[in-house]
This record gives sequence, C-alpha cells and structure tokens, in this order.
Amino acid sequence: MLLEMHDIRKEVQRGPERILILRGIDLSVEEGDYVAIMGPSGSGKTTLLNLVGCLDVPTSGSYTFAGRDITACSAKELSRLRNRDIGFVFQTFHLLPKLTALDNVALPLLYGGVRKAERRARAQEALERVGLADRMSHRPDQLSGGQSQRVAIARAVATNPRLILADEPTGALDSASGQAIMELFDDLHRDGATIVMITHDADVARCADSVIHLRDGVFVDEPATSARGRRAHHGTSAPGYGHDPARRHHE
Amino acid sequence: MLESISLALQGLWTHKMRSFLTMLGVIIGIASIITIVSTINGTNQQIKDNLVGAGNNVVNVRVTQDGNPVEFSYMAIPASVRPLDADVADYLGTLPGVDSVALFRSNSGGDAVSFGRTQFTGNLYGIDERYLSVVGSSVARGRAFTEEDRVNNRKVALVDQKTASTLFGGEDALGSIIEVKGEPFVVVGITAKDVSTEPVINSVEEYRLYNASAAGAIYIPLESWEVAFRYDEPHSLAVRASSVDEMTVAGNGVAEAVNAYAVASDDYAYAADNLLDKAASLQNLSKSANDQLLWIAGISLLVGGIGVMNIMLVSVTERTREIGLKLAIGASRSRIRLQFLTEASVLTLIGGVLGVAGGIGLAYLLSSVMGIPVFVSVPACLVAVVFSMVIGLVFGLAPALKASRLNPIEALRHE
Repeated sequence: MLLEMHDIRKEVQRGPERILILRGIDLSVEEGDYVAIMGPSGSGKTTLLNLVGCLDVPTSGSYTFAGRDITACSAKELSRLRNRDIGFVFQTFHLLPKLTALDNVALPLLYGGVRKAERRARAQEALERVGLADRMSHRPDQLSGGQSQRVAIARAVATNPRLILADEPTGALDSASGQAIMELFDDLHRDGATIVMITHDADVARCADSVIHLRDGVFVDEPATSARGRRAHHGTSAPGYGHDPARRHHE
Repeated sequence: MLESISLALQGLWTHKMRSFLTMLGVIIGIASIITIVSTINGTNQQIKDNLVGAGNNVVNVRVTQDGNPVEFSYMAIPASVRPLDADVADYLGTLPGVDSVALFRSNSGGDAVSFGRTQFTGNLYGIDERYLSVVGSSVARGRAFTEEDRVNNRKVALVDQKTASTLFGGEDALGSIIEVKGEPFVVVGITAKDVSTEPVINSVEEYRLYNASAAGAIYIPLESWEVAFRYDEPHSLAVRASSVDEMTVAGNGVAEAVNAYAVASDDYAYAADNLLDKAASLQNLSKSANDQLLWIAGISLLVGGIGVMNIMLVSVTERTREIGLKLAIGASRSRIRLQFLTEASVLTLIGGVLGVAGGIGLAYLLSSVMGIPVFVSVPACLVAVVFSMVIGLVFGLAPALKASRLNPIEALRHE
C-alpha cells in the first residue's frame, strides 16, 4: 500500500466558526493506481488533496504514506517528502514566469540537492517525455496553456515521485488540449505512475481506473442526488473503487 | 549559493527601475559616508604631512614657560637661560636618535619685516650655518651666508620661494632690500624648499587659515639678529632625528640636555614640540566635528535600509504564489528565507558598491571645487561595502521570515 488514510477529519477556522471540511475519510491507494476523486465545489476535494500531498496535516485520523506516519512528521520531513515522493500538477500550472521551461522543470531537483549537470539531464528527459523537447528554452508566456500544463507535468515527474497529484489539471484548458493532457496522464499511468486526480468533470474522471465521489466531506458511492449520497455513506462499499474503500461517517 | 546569487541578480534585473530606486537610499547613505570619511582622512593626512613633514624629521626645541612656547619679542629676556653656541650644538648632535642640531632664533610677530610699504606676515629666522641643511633646505638662487657675513654681522637675508613670489610685488627678490626692525637687509639668496615652523594652532579653522595663507620665511644670519633686535634672546634648536620614529626621543633628549646645561630656573624649560601629539590633537578636533556628519549619513543609511525592507515586503506579497509553489514542490522554509535574504543583500551590496564609487567621485569633486583635501582609504571602502551587505541581511530578515512562514496552501490560492 502506497498510502493509507483512516478516519481523516479536517477542521478549519473561518471567521468565528470552526468548519468541519472532511468528516472521516478512509482512503487507500496502491502503487500503480490511477484514482479520480470527483465532487462538486465545496465538497472538500482540494482539502483532501492537500492532505494526501502532505501540504497540510489532518485535525484527526491517521495517514501513512510509503510506510511513514505522516501525522508524526516534522515540517522539514514533510517538505522533503513532497520534494522526492510527490509530484504536483495544478489547475493553473504555477510555472515561474521568469524561468525557462527547462529551469521550471529542474526546480524540484534543485531543492532536492541534485547537481547541476544531472538536473539538466533529468529535466530534459522529463520534457522529452511530455513531448516538449523543442520548447525547453521557452518561457511560460511563450507557451500555450496545453504546453504550460505539459511543462508542469514534466516538473511533477522529473523527480520520479511515487505519487502524482493532479488538481483539476484540465480545468484551465480547452477541450482539445485537455484531451491531450489526459492522454499524457494515461501514458504516465501505463508506465507505472501512481496518480490521484481531483476533478469535477466526469469525462476526465472516466480515464481513471477508479472514481471516488466526495460530497460534503465524505465519500459517497456515486454522484447522484444528495439523498442517495447520504444513504450511501452509511457504511457500505463503493463500487468502482477497488482498493479497501471502507468509509465511515460520524455526525 | 552561487546559483541563488545569480537567481537574485536575475530577479533584480527584471525590475531594473525598482531595484535601482530601492538601492538609491543605500547608495546615497554609503556615498555620503565615503565622502565624509575621505575628507576626514584627507585633512588628517594633510595635518600630519604639514606638521610632521613628509620625510622631514625635524623637531624644534624651544624655551617654554608653563608648557607654552615663549615669544621673547614681547617680554623680558630671562637671565636664567644661557645662550648656546656651536660647541653645544655639536655635542647635542651626538645624542641618541639625533642626526644633527642647528641653532636659530625666530620671530613670528608679523611686524618685524617689511619691503617698502608691504608688511611681511611670515616668520623671520636668525639661523646658524647648519640650519638650512638640518631642516632639509638649501639655496637655489643667489648665495648662502658666508663666514664673512657672520663674522661681520652683515645685513644680508635669504627668502623662501613663497616669500620671493609674494612679498616683492613682481620684482626680483634677489638684490632687493628689506627692512628688519628698520635696518636694511639685502636679499642675497632664495631657498629651494619652503620650510615653515608651525605656528600655534588650536582649531581646525586656524589650521586651514594657516595652511592657506602660510606666508613664508625670511632668514638672516644668527649673528646679525642682535643688529636688528638689539638683544640677546635665548636660542631655539632645530633637531633632525635619524628617523620619524626617533623624533620624540631625539627632541626630548635634546631638551633634557639643554635644560641641564643652560637653564637655571624653574620657570623656564626647553621642550620639544611634540608634533605627532599636535597632529593627533588637531586630527581629533577635525574628527569630532565630522562625527556629527557621520551620524547624519548613518541615519540616511537607516532610511535606505527601511526602504529595502519595504520593497522586499512588497516583493514577498507579489510573489506569494511563487513562494507557495516552491514550498509545495519541496523547498524548505530555510531555503525560501535564504532566497529573500540573498536578494536583499545582493541588492544592498550592489548599492554599496555604487555608493562607494559615487562617494569617491564626490570626494574628488569636492576636492577640486572647494579645495578640501581628500584621501580615499581602501579599508574604509571595503568596510562600507561589507556593511551595506549587512544592511541587506538585517533589513531583509523581516521580509524573508514573512516569506518563509507563508502557508503553502493559502499562498498557492493567493489572488
């Protein structure tokens, strides 16, 4: 098991109120899985992705990633983990505008302490892998949206992470570019990458091996009406999600 | 590290105008400090050169009363101080640290000598045959005093270059007749080098005045002094030390020996002018006046530093998303901190270098326009450059901490 979450809850302070965003999430992902998490906005899917990506820590619950208890890790250990074992792909790419595509891709390698020559070689390799061998010295403002997202994906895979996390990777793209990006994820998956993706687009989610639906901070079995959703999360398995999908919901 | 510096430079270059304006405070602060320090050093150097004499290791030993030099033109001649002679001078020349000793008398009253209607305002010296060589001068035009001149108490005079060019209203000094206390003296020679014994100076202003208007020197034979002044006042001694470092030892040694030989009174004593002390006290006077300027320049540097902090804080806010991304892909917080500290210190370092260059330029401009002596000290420039970098580190700290403490999730969501 690459990662295993058990009874994860996340509370945040918004103004005077404390809001429970995640209300008991159980999630496990194995090496080589391709999981899509779907849900409407406000369902807590980005919060969940942040937790999975070790950008945030849960209020309660246990999380084991690659055999390590994440809730017990220091900030420094988490940042090293994000650097080496997790690759992020964001909806809005988040490329540094002043750096070339190559330098953008090499950035996580820089933070990982990789030497310059090797950094270059690996960044080049990653860019070739996403089909941008001819755009290495371009800056983000010289790239189309689709190309920018490819650079971002190259950056995510350059460190050979154990998990790729994508947050609405096609959300800012036209459908043709989005299609191409999804094919790229398929390729990565075929090559053995483990991918967790959040999206609210059912077509995108269809590319994944399994789809989990998130609503109001809990997993539900399918993206139906809220009534069916509520019925579903009283403790049964969700079809279409293959790996230990036990979930609980505490009111 | 090199890489973060080159990244920082890249970042600064993309905002050329902003970077320059941010630097401006540091540039102005450092430039004014360098200018002030350069003029302080220049003045100090000039004081030292003028008083101690570059390579002219001569110290005067004179009669003093309660520690102050005595001008005998205005007071009774003390019977308790015996006149000296050439044998005494010979003996004094063998003391440790002493190269040679000459006898002289001097008058700096400014009313003893005139040429026609022009009053001579410099110093008049009655000198023995060794004096010129002891103080490192010689006769450039005309002739020196001869044995004949001395034996016959002839009314002859030498003038230095400055006097030759200022006193005689364009006429040739050589052969001119000047009046010393009403007695006519013929100028028979002009000395090669201006040698002036220092007047009493108590402030930097007096020093500057003296320096700008030092009015030269006129020499007559020691033997002819009585012809003009009609009294037998005690001698002063010009002591050439074997090196600059020996000046104090030589001067004090001679003073002690002369006191033992010639002074029979507790009221009077021969004492060496302590030129290094005098130079140091003058330098202190000029320093205390300039210290206030340095504080003001320091305040402008502080303002410059605050400007740097302000812009760096803006920059952190602007680059919140970038910082969020870097944190997300595994940059440690110390790395982010280092990035902003590097940027701030590279910024102020460049500002410091430009400031030092500007300060040196300004110092030389002041020197050529206002005639203020300037001496650029390399260590001071290096300290200024290092200090400007430290300013970057100090004032970059708050922005760097702010950047490194951002929450990556909120930072990524910024705007």
